Amino acid sequence: MNGPTLTLENVHKSFGENEVLKGIDLVVEPHEVVCLIGASGSGKSTLLKCVNLVEPIDSGRIVVEGEEITAKGVDANRVRRRIGIVFQAFNLFPHMTVLRNITLAPREVLEMDRQAAEKRALGLLERFGLLDKRDEYPDRLSGGQQQRVAIVRALAMRPGVMLFDEVTSALDPELVAEVLSVIKELADEGMTMLIATHEMGFARDIASRVCFLDEGKILEQAPPERIFTSPENPRTRQFLQRIIAAGRL
Amino acid sequence: MTSGNPGVQPDPREPAGAPGVERGSKMLGSRAVLVSSASTMLFFAVIAVVVVLAPGSEVVAERFFSPFHLWQSTVGTPSTPSVVGAFLLNVKIFAVSEVLILTLALVIAVVRQIPGPVFFPFRMVALAYTDLFRGVPLILVLYMIGFGVPGLGLEFISYLPDVTYGIIALVLVYSAYVAEVYRAGIESVHESQNAAARSLGLTRWQSLRFVILPQAVRRVIPPLLNDFIGLQKDTALVSVLGSIEAVRAAQIYGASQFNYASYVVAALLFVLITIPLARFTDRLISRDKRRREAGAVA
Repeated sequence: MNGPTLTLENVHKSFGENEVLKGIDLVVEPHEVVCLIGASGSGKSTLLKCVNLVEPIDSGRIVVEGEEITAKGVDANRVRRRIGIVFQAFNLFPHMTVLRNITLAPREVLEMDRQAAEKRALGLLERFGLLDKRDEYPDRLSGGQQQRVAIVRALAMRPGVMLFDEVTSALDPELVAEVLSVIKELADEGMTMLIATHEMGFARDIASRVCFLDEGKILEQAPPERIFTSPENPRTRQFLQRIIAAGRL
Repeated sequence: MTSGNPGVQPDPREPAGAPGVERGSKMLGSRAVLVSSASTMLFFAVIAVVVVLAPGSEVVAERFFSPFHLWQSTVGTPSTPSVVGAFLLNVKIFAVSEVLILTLALVIAVVRQIPGPVFFPFRMVALAYTDLFRGVPLILVLYMIGFGVPGLGLEFISYLPDVTYGIIALVLVYSAYVAEVYRAGIESVHESQNAAARSLGLTRWQSLRFVILPQAVRRVIPPLLNDFIGLQKDTALVSVLGSIEAVRAAQIYGASQFNYASYVVAALLFVLITIPLARFTDRLISRDKRRREAGAVA
């Protein structure tokens, strides 16, 4: 596939009177890892939800792998298969085992047969060190394990792009690393990813590009080494100074 | 006994108080055993004295608890049906109704929460149905179905056995209640579960079927069983249509022998079949509570 994996053109989104996205332009090339940083309420999560068609946009265009997904008459279910998303709160299905959590969508959506779906799931579980958890229910796992299963669940659909919505924010500090290392591994493999995160150190390590969002706009985007050392926009500078003062970078 | 009640304790002491309450209810101290047995004995002694001293106590003992009539009504006589035999009809009515109610109620509950303007009329029908049948007394529905439908003189539906009309009435009324129980369960499943399912590409219907409903139904099993305890008893109302179930059989015995021991037999049968279901419900509720507490810790 030629061209960018994901393109956002002048995307606007309001909740009632409150305009959360005020004209977002963003291009994510294949194998790129783009990190979205910014204060809470700057629109990072909303942006991801719009890309996944969880929230309809008010105006603008979103193009995924050459197809405009925000056009009229596009089957949202078909689009979502190609876009994996992982949430802050894991959202595993509590009444299903780990294996069933992962095979549900491949079997029901992609109509894979049981053996093929399980083979794919077990392969992923093994890769991320979760094979012994295959028959556990989510409430028997630690937060870090649950989040890794949630990532595997999204990967089992073989998405063209992965979205991560502050996936370590709900975790105890000592469990953050195991989740980030999974994402790192995906980055090393060349997975195209769009990551909303508060982990600045992680963003600096992993991102090919960092976008700073403020009040619904991308104020600055640059490679991490540039944005973290010599931010151009005064708002970016202010935000990063606060982060450094809080000891988070 | 105020110290054992966590509700009256000041907040800061509650975490420390909770395990104490648990211990108190599980292992009664010797003094507590003494007090509880004394109060139990006193309670039943007072009731026994009142019943025995009542002016009509001998007549009541003969009319309701005569061993001869208890036995006669249980096994039946050449001219009157056995109450136990007739009770089998209650069990049948209950079993058939329960299956139909669980199915119809689920359909209504699902229809009530289908979004979109196209489905507005369906939602309205489901809403009107639950409003109507939760409002009308069961006995009136029984009369209207049991005497009204046969009165229509329609070929296929007007010449069914009385019991069938009784079951239809029970299903209509109870489905309205049970649909609301299901609906509460569906609404108790957090929206993020649906979001997770949809984000994987599952359709609205697939999300409902594989993710929402299984969780919803699990949560409402205790209240559902509670409704079924009510249904077991309400099978007695089918007697107004003339079906010879336990209460009707007891009535026939009472009318021919001028003795009401048959009603006691019928009452005991209903209690006997209800108790296991009630205990089973209790067990499910306490199991759920344990799970929730375990989940909250993790």
